[in-house]
Amino acid sequence: MSQATLRVQKISGHAGSVPGEDAQREYTVCKLIDTTTCIGCKACEVACMEWNDLPFGETVFDNTYQTMPETRWNYWNLILFNEHEKDDGSLMWLMRKNQCMHCAEPGCLAACPADGAIVQYTNGIVDFQQANCIGCGYCITGCPFDIPKMNPKTHRVFKCTLCSDRVSEGLEPACIKSCPTGCLHFGSKDDMKDLAEKRAKQLREHYNFPQAGVYDPAGVGGTGVVYVLHDATKPELYGGLPSDPHVPWSVKIWKGPLKWLGNVAMVGGLVGLFVHYLRFGPKAREDEDINPGGPKS
Amino acid sequence: MNHSDQIVPHGHILRYNFRERLTHWVAGFSYVYLLLTGLAFWSPWCFWIAALLGGGQVSRMLHPWAGLIFAGAVFYMYGMWAPQMRGTNADKAWWKAVRYYSTNQDDKMPPAGRYNAGQKFLFWGFFWSCLLLLLSGAVLWSPQYFPLHSLLALRIAILIHASAALFTIGLFMIHLYMGLFAERGAFGSVIRGDVSLAFAKRYHPGWYEEITGQTTSPKK
Repeated sequence: MSQATLRVQKISGHAGSVPGEDAQREYTVCKLIDTTTCIGCKACEVACMEWNDLPFGETVFDNTYQTMPETRWNYWNLILFNEHEKDDGSLMWLMRKNQCMHCAEPGCLAACPADGAIVQYTNGIVDFQQANCIGCGYCITGCPFDIPKMNPKTHRVFKCTLCSDRVSEGLEPACIKSCPTGCLHFGSKDDMKDLAEKRAKQLREHYNFPQAGVYDPAGVGGTGVVYVLHDATKPELYGGLPSDPHVPWSVKIWKGPLKWLGNVAMVGGLVGLFVHYLRFGPKAREDEDINPGGPKS
Repeated sequence: MNHSDQIVPHGHILRYNFRERLTHWVAGFSYVYLLLTGLAFWSPWCFWIAALLGGGQVSRMLHPWAGLIFAGAVFYMYGMWAPQMRGTNADKAWWKAVRYYSTNQDDKMPPAGRYNAGQKFLFWGFFWSCLLLLLSGAVLWSPQYFPLHSLLALRIAILIHASAALFTIGLFMIHLYMGLFAERGAFGSVIRGDVSLAFAKRYHPGWYEEITGQTTSPKK
């Protein structure tokens, strides 16, 4: 969806400059998710669907709280429930609200070939513009968190917008507004990092979570969603959160060396053939009688 | 074997029959569409091509279907031509002398049959690339039909699809150059179907002998 008051700093599949690049200084916004105070109530899931008018999808029941196995094109915000057995044999819940991480270096945007189908605003929000989406699904391969999902009917890809429409009006995202425990916070990246580090310190010093820490992976340039984890050394425990996410190797090869090699080869080939014709010309000349009795072609 | 039916009036030989010509152009037109839309997806600098051809969505929607048509034509060609495209000892000699071929000293080339070694390379290059493009393309197409997806398969498929496509672009440029510019008479052979006796004698002496039963003039 188009956000008139938000300026764009990165555009997918775009040749040329970007209107918002270096034009305006703005706070990078950030969502803080404190997994240690999440109670798994799914209020954020409901708020997300309500605000974004998402059609309801079918749930599944497999004797767990996980009534949706994964995010879907029409389900952008999902709490992942993980039963974790501690070293002393006791159980604990690791609940993580999963959604788009709004990477500073978005792999989806790098992989997208359609001009303007994915944009990054100057406040850091990565937003899909479905009007420009061509449905190739390349963004799906570019995401280290497996977030973008295709609507099989319209062949357009959807994901969490960080409620860019609300943020552009100075409001917090819908999920933040709905959280009853206060485990969700929204503000500038600096403030959220500060708050997250303080909470992690508190967990380490007063709550017997010596490994507690903040998840803000540097491999994708940092994220617009940061987590406080009980055990930041094992993010995989939280429903497969990658410990060191990167823009995938395939996108890097494809948009890096392969692209350059291909472009040089294609242009070089055209120039080479033209020069070859200038130097050697056709194999037989027109005045050589190679096609007697027939039209010259 | 009697080939006299391939000798047509006015000193011409039939090189490609109607079935061969039609298949060639089904492959040709579908390939050009695939090339143009593919280039649009390849680089933002070429995305305007998609706009010209009806927009990104239309290009994305038709590209895979055009791919099926192209693959169908290529596999039909395989059925028609594969036996004639088998490598021979003469092909090895041809590759050794390829510098004469590329500098238009065709009289120094070892005699070629209906297809010279370069044409065989083009055929097999397109055939195997087409197979890779079809398989990787099917993987890339699948998310529209199967919600279950394998990210690893998609990632590998993108690289294979782009690499194989680039290889065919190289083949295609040389093919176009030879057919339109370098070998006068070659384009007509795939439109009207025939070439002059002199053309056959000059570029495909082995084939000329087979059809006419006459030996070509001794080499210098």
